[in-house]
Amino acid sequence: MRRRIVWLSITGALTTFFLMFVRFFLPRSILEPSSIFRIGAPGDYAIGVDTKWQQQYRIWVTRTSDRLFVIYARCTHLGCTPDWKASENKFKCPCHGSGYDSEGINFEGPAPRPMDRAKVSLDAEGQILVDTGKLFEWPKGEPSHFDDDGAFIRV
Amino acid sequence: MENDPKDKKQLTTGEEEDDDRSMLERIKQTGGALKERAKEEAKDYKDPQDTQLWKSIFRVSHDRSDPRNRSLAILSNVFLHLHPAKINRDAVRYPFTWGMGGITFYLFIVLTFTGVLLMFYYHPTKLDAFRDILYLEHDVPFGKLLRNMHRWAAHLMVITTWLHMFRVVLTGSYKRPREFNWCVGVVLLVLTLLLSFTGYLLPDDQLGFWAVTVGTNMARATPMLGHEGPFGPQLGLTAYNDVRFGLLGGSIVDSNALLRSYIWHCIGIPLVASIFMAVHFWRIRKDGGISGPAPVTLESEMKAVAKKK
Repeated sequence: MRRRIVWLSITGALTTFFLMFVRFFLPRSILEPSSIFRIGAPGDYAIGVDTKWQQQYRIWVTRTSDRLFVIYARCTHLGCTPDWKASENKFKCPCHGSGYDSEGINFEGPAPRPMDRAKVSLDAEGQILVDTGKLFEWPKGEPSHFDDDGAFIRV
Repeated sequence: MENDPKDKKQLTTGEEEDDDRSMLERIKQTGGALKERAKEEAKDYKDPQDTQLWKSIFRVSHDRSDPRNRSLAILSNVFLHLHPAKINRDAVRYPFTWGMGGITFYLFIVLTFTGVLLMFYYHPTKLDAFRDILYLEHDVPFGKLLRNMHRWAAHLMVITTWLHMFRVVLTGSYKRPREFNWCVGVVLLVLTLLLSFTGYLLPDDQLGFWAVTVGTNMARATPMLGHEGPFGPQLGLTAYNDVRFGLLGGSIVDSNALLRSYIWHCIGIPLVASIFMAVHFWRIRKDGGISGPAPVTLESEMKAVAKKK
């Protein structure tokens, strides 16, 4: 009985140490860029794809005849940043060759679904407020969330 | 030594009445004796292996080459004792082993050595990392050589580890009683691949950055541990508390990821791998040495053949 208690406490202590070890690797706070930012008024964007925020925020702004939405510039295959090929009117991922049209809909390569869109809204000044912390997806074989509230701005 | 003036003086004092001739004779005589003694003493020091210093380091003399003595020479040396004292001569033929395990270990030594030297010039921070690589390539004396040695040895080590594993499969060396050592080997393979992967990010160039982005994005899909994997969302995992987050120290490949990669690459994994390697090598011997074709008697050793001649 005494032996069992000793072994039990040793095992318990080692288990605790292991859990502490694992928890140690998950920091409580991290210094990463804010996911919420402003990108000017809808009127600043012409119809088509605008890549001016790619470097800073990893987004593209796409405007169609009646909508403006923000594509999160992350390939849905394994997370690289695709390039906008203006001459071919498509996004092309340099890692494994996934291709998307100007609205971020996949049509070639291994990408399983269209690129996600970030939440957009208009603030009191009429500026577009983007939140990449909230993404709208169109998972393969499931209904699209691209028509949800916040996935686009009507222009 | 035989003409040491001190000796002469000692001999001459107290015998002043002797004539010069007999004195000269006596000096010659004593000088001759001294010369003999010096020769005798020099003989003792001729062979450094006969010194007390040598014998304090190497306990076993290599002079006698009987089997027991040769075994002892291996067993009493810390660097050699991991080797078996006796081996099956057919099992160590290169066509059989390809020498792949040994080459892999040799590459690990090369990588440890060059890696430690590279650490003297490399800072694992976003601002410095890539600059340090350029500095190593273009300015540090032998920096380019070191970096290339490290890079090529790393590529080679992954290849030789696989080839070693392939050889072990081909020769059936994974079978009983070596099944445990096979498992240790599989762990070592994984550790080798992890060393390769963590080293990939360290130059902080486009290639490494995107490779690690892709690699850690796969971790999103880990069952029960990744936030996009089976049962992940049900267990409450998000991009901020899953296995990928723990690996990167954040949700993106950034400075935390670089530092973690560096520590795992330089300290964590090599330490664990060294322990597993010690077990791996030890077990080869304990499991009966390199597996091999059944012990074969050489033709020259066969009595029948000897008789014919």
